[in-house]
Amino acid sequence: MRAAFVRALIELADRDPRVALLVGDLGYTVVEPFADAHPKRFFNVGVAEQNMVGVATGLAEGGFIPYTYSIATFAALRPYEFIRNGPILHRLPVRIVGVGGGFEYGAAGASHHALEDVAVMRAQPALTVIAPADHRQAETAFHALWDVPGPTYYRIGKDDNGVVDGLDGRFRVGRAEMVRDGMDALFVAMGPVSIEAQAAVDELGRAGRRCGLAIVASVSPPPVEDLAAELARRSLAITVEEHFVNGGLGSLVAEIIAERRLGCRLVRCGVRVPADGLTGGQRYLRELHGLTREALAATAVRELAA
Amino acid sequence: MIDASGHADHLCAYFIRRTILEQSKRAHVGHIGSALSIADIIAALYGEILDISDPDDPGRDRLILSKGHAALALYAALHGRGWIDDATLATFCGDASLLGVHPEHDLRGVDFSTGSLGHGLSIAAGAALAARLSGVARRTFAILSDAECDEGSTWEAVMFAAHHRLSSLIVVVDMNGQQALGYTKDVLSLAPLIDRWRAFGWDAVEVEGHDRAALTRAIGGFDTSSGSPHVVLARTTFGRGVSYMEGKIKWHYWPMSDDEYRQALAENEELGCEQRSSAL
Repeated sequence: MRAAFVRALIELADRDPRVALLVGDLGYTVVEPFADAHPKRFFNVGVAEQNMVGVATGLAEGGFIPYTYSIATFAALRPYEFIRNGPILHRLPVRIVGVGGGFEYGAAGASHHALEDVAVMRAQPALTVIAPADHRQAETAFHALWDVPGPTYYRIGKDDNGVVDGLDGRFRVGRAEMVRDGMDALFVAMGPVSIEAQAAVDELGRAGRRCGLAIVASVSPPPVEDLAAELARRSLAITVEEHFVNGGLGSLVAEIIAERRLGCRLVRCGVRVPADGLTGGQRYLRELHGLTREALAATAVRELAA
Repeated sequence: MIDASGHADHLCAYFIRRTILEQSKRAHVGHIGSALSIADIIAALYGEILDISDPDDPGRDRLILSKGHAALALYAALHGRGWIDDATLATFCGDASLLGVHPEHDLRGVDFSTGSLGHGLSIAAGAALAARLSGVARRTFAILSDAECDEGSTWEAVMFAAHHRLSSLIVVVDMNGQQALGYTKDVLSLAPLIDRWRAFGWDAVEVEGHDRAALTRAIGGFDTSSGSPHVVLARTTFGRGVSYMEGKIKWHYWPMSDDEYRQALAENEELGCEQRSSAL
């Protein structure tokens, strides 16, 4: 999604002189095309994420649409209060882009694992929160939301190849995208781990279990009506997110089930335990937390039998 | 106060201090000493320095009161400029008021909301950068407290502004030497503060912060079209103008009693108003 982001941003900057990019000394081999295309609107602010957001706030007040870019933990969590008191409080079009949500920086360790960014961002009602499932959906989202008036948080992945089969780059703000329609259970997935969820649904289908799959990229505003309609039709929902189960997608679906008084049972697949010092690759960490296609399919089989 | 032709200068420090005292007493809130500390700085800025004919004009100079807890001084100036009326001023700290202890940008004349220390200078740097990128000559001012220089984020912005040579950025540091729980020299030493700003690449001058003419001269002498960003280290007295508040930690938060209020008003009358700079 990084290449999709930079490609989209160059196109937007070509069209609109207000678009600018600020990076916190990250993005090697990613952001250079933007810097080459629009050198006067590219700023590496150094290793200083709070200032990056503060400067973006001042730029936005002066009429610009600044994007800030760093690894998701540093983009979202280090300057969180600057985001809150800056673009959110002032209702300014700053775009916070965090790359590598979840375990994408696997072996880099816990400091680089963004497992609560969606939760803290979703807590802010004035912030649009977007977590695309693949690079095609990310590109659509960047083009759909670039000039909305308020601030936006994008949680993007590093993968520029994998796609969710059947998603075809679809994205609508405030909507969920259905990519499978089965009625035995509803999978609801967010972010690149949606590819695992889609593979699990397809594997279940081959075994005679037909499940639906809703992709939620528009975390905020949330696709309440879409999800409520799909949840009301099924007795089991399984949420899939590379994120702590508290506060993220699983919590969002739990809120909809509770507030709409739906009878659907909910199983939240995500991270439930704190970091313990052991790390490894993304594949290993997904296995550890039950987020591979095999583990997700097994969870569905178990819960459907329960 | 009142000039030879009988007109009141509502942007003189005397009126700003009086408004601070009146409103903090009426609302029974503190932060009085911090606001009194910058009354002369605010008077100089809003009386003579800032180029703001209309607070809605995109080309106006920007000001961010990074030490947001001194918002009463800012409200007094906006009142003096006629941008907020008597009735609105009297809502200070009331329910459904735009005038809280810290300033909110939804109030006409307030460019940016503040209240969390260490945030303002980075926004000001962005505002100055926006002006440069837009080819606009407007200036950006930020008023910082000295204790705000404790914040690492302040120095992130100091480095950024110097690196990008944001010459239209002017910072005034209110060097009253106090913070919430003690004197800055005892809590976290800032000395030598002017050397630190200079070492970071800023054009730094030290000025008597209650001398409006000196403040106006210093800022008027800055080259805001090229070169380094500028900082005025303004030597001030916390609680300026009220003898029992001056230099006293208690008055960071404390509200006034009736007797204290009467004495404060009387002392403000004695102090009166400094004259506008005749140099500009």
